Amino acid sequence: MTPTPAGFSANLASLLGHSRVLTDPVPCAAYAVDETIPAAVAKPASAEEVAEIVRFAGLEKLALIPCGNRTKLGIGMPPSRYDIALDMTALNKIAHFDPGDLTLSVDAGLPLAQLNAALLGHNQFLPLLVPWYSRSTVGGTIASGIDSPLRQFYGNPRDFLIGAKFVDGTGKLCKSGGRVVKNVTGYDLHKLLIGSLGTLAIITRLNFRTFPAPLASRGFVASFPNAEGALALRRAIAESSLTPLTLDIVSPELARLFATQTPQSHEVAVFAGENHTSGQSLLPPVGDWFRPREWQLCAAFAGTPEVLARYERDLMRLATNSSATSTKFLDDTTRPSLWGRLRETLSMLLEASPAAVIFKISILPSHHAALFASLRQIADRAALPHALAARAGGTIFFALLPTSANDDNPNLLAQIATQISDSLSASEGPAQEDRGHATILFAPCAHKHALCVPEVSAGRRLKAAFDPQGVFAPGRFF
Amino acid sequence: MNAGLINELEKLLGASSVLYQPEDTLLYEYDGSVEKGRPDVVVFPESTEKVSQIVKLAAKYNVPVVGRGAGTGLSGGALARAGGVMIVFARMNRILELDAENQRAVVQPGVVNYELTCAAEPHGLYFAPDPSSWKSCTIGGNVAENAGGPHTLAYGVTTNHVTALELVLPDGEIIRVGSKHGNAPGYDLAGLFVGSEGTLALVTEITVKLSRKPEAVKTLLAIFDTVDDAADTVVDITARAITPSACEMLDGWTLRTVEDYIHAGFPMDSAAVLLIEVEGLAEAVSTQAAAITEVCNAHRAREVRLARDNAERELLWKGRKNAFGALGRLAPSNYVLDGVIPRSKLPQALRRIQQIGEQLGFQIGNIFHAGDGNLHPIILYDPRDAAQFERAREAAAHIIRYCVEVGGALTGEHGVGMEKSELMPLLFSDADFDLMRRVHDAFNPDCALNPGKIFPLSKGCGEIRVRKQAGTTATQR
Repeated sequence: MTPTPAGFSANLASLLGHSRVLTDPVPCAAYAVDETIPAAVAKPASAEEVAEIVRFAGLEKLALIPCGNRTKLGIGMPPSRYDIALDMTALNKIAHFDPGDLTLSVDAGLPLAQLNAALLGHNQFLPLLVPWYSRSTVGGTIASGIDSPLRQFYGNPRDFLIGAKFVDGTGKLCKSGGRVVKNVTGYDLHKLLIGSLGTLAIITRLNFRTFPAPLASRGFVASFPNAEGALALRRAIAESSLTPLTLDIVSPELARLFATQTPQSHEVAVFAGENHTSGQSLLPPVGDWFRPREWQLCAAFAGTPEVLARYERDLMRLATNSSATSTKFLDDTTRPSLWGRLRETLSMLLEASPAAVIFKISILPSHHAALFASLRQIADRAALPHALAARAGGTIFFALLPTSANDDNPNLLAQIATQISDSLSASEGPAQEDRGHATILFAPCAHKHALCVPEVSAGRRLKAAFDPQGVFAPGRFF
Repeated sequence: MNAGLINELEKLLGASSVLYQPEDTLLYEYDGSVEKGRPDVVVFPESTEKVSQIVKLAAKYNVPVVGRGAGTGLSGGALARAGGVMIVFARMNRILELDAENQRAVVQPGVVNYELTCAAEPHGLYFAPDPSSWKSCTIGGNVAENAGGPHTLAYGVTTNHVTALELVLPDGEIIRVGSKHGNAPGYDLAGLFVGSEGTLALVTEITVKLSRKPEAVKTLLAIFDTVDDAADTVVDITARAITPSACEMLDGWTLRTVEDYIHAGFPMDSAAVLLIEVEGLAEAVSTQAAAITEVCNAHRAREVRLARDNAERELLWKGRKNAFGALGRLAPSNYVLDGVIPRSKLPQALRRIQQIGEQLGFQIGNIFHAGDGNLHPIILYDPRDAAQFERAREAAAHIIRYCVEVGGALTGEHGVGMEKSELMPLLFSDADFDLMRRVHDAFNPDCALNPGKIFPLSKGCGEIRVRKQAGTTATQR
């Protein structure tokens, strides 16, 4: 039997002090996950307090969901139980930054924008330009597994997360990895935390390798009347010696959104040459150089003046060969408007529709052409507005954007989800790992079960090893 | 050894695929480390299904199983510490698919690292992890140990290049984790299994990323009169955020030995050299090479040479990659250590290693991946002298302890294996071991796979008795 909220809240408050436990329904509602409101919010100030709360939850058979600034809690399946929100934002210090070693150890609750501001003082940065950038915490970014356009060049967090401290489901402080850039000592448990949605452990601290911030960077956008042109240019770039920082394809519908909307997220300077003051302004609009009726290939690149000139030469030549209808190089004044929108694609899609459903589709890039066509057909048949962004590495974000909440029909969405899954298995080879994967990244709660994450028995075994009592975020993953 | 098991293995695989005579199994009690562990029976399956059946047979007879590639490992990872069945993947050596457009290859575990790069070359691609043993080590072994190499400084170690695995669990179940595209939903299981040293599952198929060959490469040899100057140069290159694709150091003693043998053109009278490589666009490489030369000169480099052509470049790398072989000419055996330190601690670490050598009466050479702080001190010793070998181990433990003291780790690329399992408590608490043990038990609950590795014996597979080896000292090679 789960004790009454009042019963456990008093005990929780005596554990942490009343000022750091919220039980009023109004503040608790701000921590809702898929319409489930926790009975209490706990705000620990140290890893030891996190461990105490986890032990408490274990004893009382309560379910915990950790969070940072709650920008991406919509990702994941609806929780089956949710008693305590663990607000990690009071753990917000940079524990170590060794600029000479390019390594960093940071508390989970620190916002990324604040962290990068500190790193940029040393001309370094963490290549995580994720949506809701100005508010996202480091821990939430890692736990949500959210994608950054910069992964094209810098890789995924799994490539630069070098260690972590966390509290396991038995309430013990554990760690894996370390603070050196090369390390094979013990199991790489910290990699499992990436995208784990708080189901395995509560991340208290993360260690990263940092990167030199690009001193000069440029943007490039080429427009095409059809997806094939953009894909041909992308392939030509992939087969060239160029290694752009980002390489994304944007559908005409998404381009139109970029041209007409401004993301609500405040803008933050990331690279040299950007003029925003932290958290003060919204993104400027894209200029009239942007051709919103067409498919766009968007790239960013960085380097010395000689390297930038080389990129401009080569990109121009490759774009001409791919019959681009227009091209534009973006400098420090024009670039942030488009780059910021690429980064904020997911937040803009959610702002664009009261009932947006965003699929994340992972598939080999060679299958993009066929899949783009299938996705368009599926959305058109359902007469739903849609938009698509595709990363060169293979990930596609495909959004259905009903114009009013009344348009969302669970049966229709279930059909669409099935059609998307079918189009993935049709387009790839027989071996299981060759197939693409589609998941629902964001959707109104009622629609989330339209497409479940495929069950992997090895995943369940891990969940049981990390969290034997099922304290962490039950139902979010399995 | 159980005659019933051998009989059933022969029935399953054919007599030519099963070795159990002591003179045959003797060859499999070594790897590249100083450890020993002889299997009771060695088998050579040709398919995943056979691997699964072998594992089931071993379970039936209650004997442990250990996988092995080419046996070039340096921590005893592929040794049968508790005897049992050794599965050698030499006959599972096919490249199953090479998908140039998506830059992926699907390989069996016995494929030799260098052979994959050769197969990818016509497409302008290569497999980035490049351990010194790349011409003989297998990709299965690279996956088990999460192998590195000189160019991992820029491109990452094995785990950064693996997207999917087929695995055989100790009960014979065949599972697949990850995906060819590399973004499978769910936990990053491939990230867990890579580097788990064969203690969770046997790897029977691997999907890897292939990298595009850079258009330009420049290789620099910077020559220094003191080790401190060379070490300070590395610290400064990192601090200035210049990112070479490789940055290797050889100390003077080591490089004289190497030069005698390889004739790579290393200077005989210097205290240390740095072998530094930059790769990428021609325009970027020139600037980087100039910046590196400037840093070297600022730290009193006697000379900075630029390899004139590919032949010269290859010769320099041959000197680096065959260095351990060259040292074999000086002593009956050598002990190659593997520790990691924060890169800024390099100068003091090299001085400390020197001191430890002097205190324990060893000449310790250094040839290592300076750019990522991955030390490889080499201790020369005579394995017939048991006392000397014990002193060599003592020196090794002192050096690894020092690495941990300055914020480093026990191993950067060789793995924990048998060699360092007892040193693990230097880094990990009881709570850490408890969790690692639960993860271990989630896949390998009865310690059927590779017992006696990674975990200290007191915290690992308690029920498995690790055999006393006949000669408790070292390998003689």
